[in-house]
Amino acid sequence: MRAFTYQRATSPAEAAAAAVHVPGAKFIAGGTNLLDLMKLEIETPPHLIDVNGLALDKIEETADGGLRIGALVRNTDLAADMRVRRGYAVLSRAILAGASVQLRNKASTAGNLLQRTRCPYFYDTNQPCNKRKPGSGCSAIEGFSRQHAVIGASAFCIATFPSDMAIAMRLLDANVETVTPDGQIRIIPIADFHRLPGNTPHIENALVPGELITGVTLPKPIGGTHVYRKVRDRSSYAFALVSVAAVLHENGSGRVALGGVAHKPWRLEEAEAAMPQGAAAVASRLLAGATPTQENAFKITLAKRTLAAVLAEAKKG
Amino acid sequence: MDNISDVTISRRNLLIAGALSATAVSLPSSAGAQSVPPAPAQTTTPAPTITGVSLRINAEVRTLNVDTRTTLLDALREHLHLTGTKKGCDHGQCGACTVIVDGRRINSCLTLAVMHEGAEVITIEGLGNQDRLHPMQAAFVKHDGYQCGYCTPGQICSAVSVLKEIRDGIPSLVSADLSVAPLLSPAEIRERMSGNICRCGAYSNILEAIIEVAGRQA
Repeated sequence: MRAFTYQRATSPAEAAAAAVHVPGAKFIAGGTNLLDLMKLEIETPPHLIDVNGLALDKIEETADGGLRIGALVRNTDLAADMRVRRGYAVLSRAILAGASVQLRNKASTAGNLLQRTRCPYFYDTNQPCNKRKPGSGCSAIEGFSRQHAVIGASAFCIATFPSDMAIAMRLLDANVETVTPDGQIRIIPIADFHRLPGNTPHIENALVPGELITGVTLPKPIGGTHVYRKVRDRSSYAFALVSVAAVLHENGSGRVALGGVAHKPWRLEEAEAAMPQGAAAVASRLLAGATPTQENAFKITLAKRTLAAVLAEAKKG
Repeated sequence: MDNISDVTISRRNLLIAGALSATAVSLPSSAGAQSVPPAPAQTTTPAPTITGVSLRINAEVRTLNVDTRTTLLDALREHLHLTGTKKGCDHGQCGACTVIVDGRRINSCLTLAVMHEGAEVITIEGLGNQDRLHPMQAAFVKHDGYQCGYCTPGQICSAVSVLKEIRDGIPSLVSADLSVAPLLSPAEIRERMSGNICRCGAYSNILEAIIEVAGRQA
């Protein structure tokens, strides 16, 4: 690990301002992803700003009947909150499908949104990777790509976004609240927060340098039956091959988002118009234009079948 | 071979020089760097920084001066010589380093010591000792919940925490109904223990040990 200087921030605005003061500085909350990457020198921040002392660890009800989740709320606490379990069960389920209890006890809400990909070529510093070293090339496209993206990928990067929590937040139309280094508050709809790789896969989200996530808001509960199903190589403590988050209403309408298939949570509102026609119709719209590799073409079939299973389960209630 | 050891020595000298320039304030910061080759990549990497931190470890306040890079795991093992906590993968994948911090189990390899000023840390040494075993330790012995024993301290810290998490009503992936408290069942225990890997495969005996302690507590 490269050496770094360290400070404890006392306010969100101070933290954001400090982050632009030292180029390459990073915030640290749980640290479960950042320190892993720092040990491998994939991340080499010269300065860490510890934000754990900021009072951003509450879950509060908002005026419009929704919830405001502080950036530092730990994954365990968010999944266990009775308001989340009752009103946003798909979010609890998604969080509980990710990582281990040890990691969820430490990992923060904001940090989960900022997780880096687990593409093995991103992790292997001996290999070219446009995300780790822009312009160096993508080793995954011609390499082992079983885990990789099947839709929304580019000729520069086929990495997937690894979060489960964010798939449910995308389904629930969450908003990400931030403070910029000049002290401005920004609200970013989660649909616009994560980016597709395009020709700049190293730019993964809408944050400007130094911008600090302060919380995530959820609109008021939408009701319906909530399901999150994650398909993976072992039944616990593994990243998704494919995951499906769904909310189904009694009249047959609903929402669907996919994880494990793209560089961001994959949800297309126009595909949901086909909900009354059934899972196959939704899946074909959701996955139209998919560009799988030979190794991960199975994910298309897997996604379609998992979606069908999830909607059947939701229908039973 | 000689070349490789030369590189190693240079790197070590570089680190020592960097540490000196950080601590000896009267020395110009460039002086330490003159005698060694320039750093290979990132010129923005600062010299190692030493920071003080106080933690309550197994009910005893311990104050340390550590390089900011020191993980909680390395602080426990290398600075405090509490070697019960094990380093397995050092990347949060195996759970051998599991300790209980402020009442919650975490991977001590994926957190920095300096992030835990004032924290209450319980390691395997704090749960029990040879003369006075924690009930979970005794149950692991009785049920042969290990073979090589390397993952065992982490398994036991997790196992103790699992029973507390279920008592506290924290749900898991296999909890059927999220609106009620989770049940104590083998499936719940297995899912909650998935962050602790046992390469010897003592899982079934570990499960029996936990079930026995859970039954006694229920």
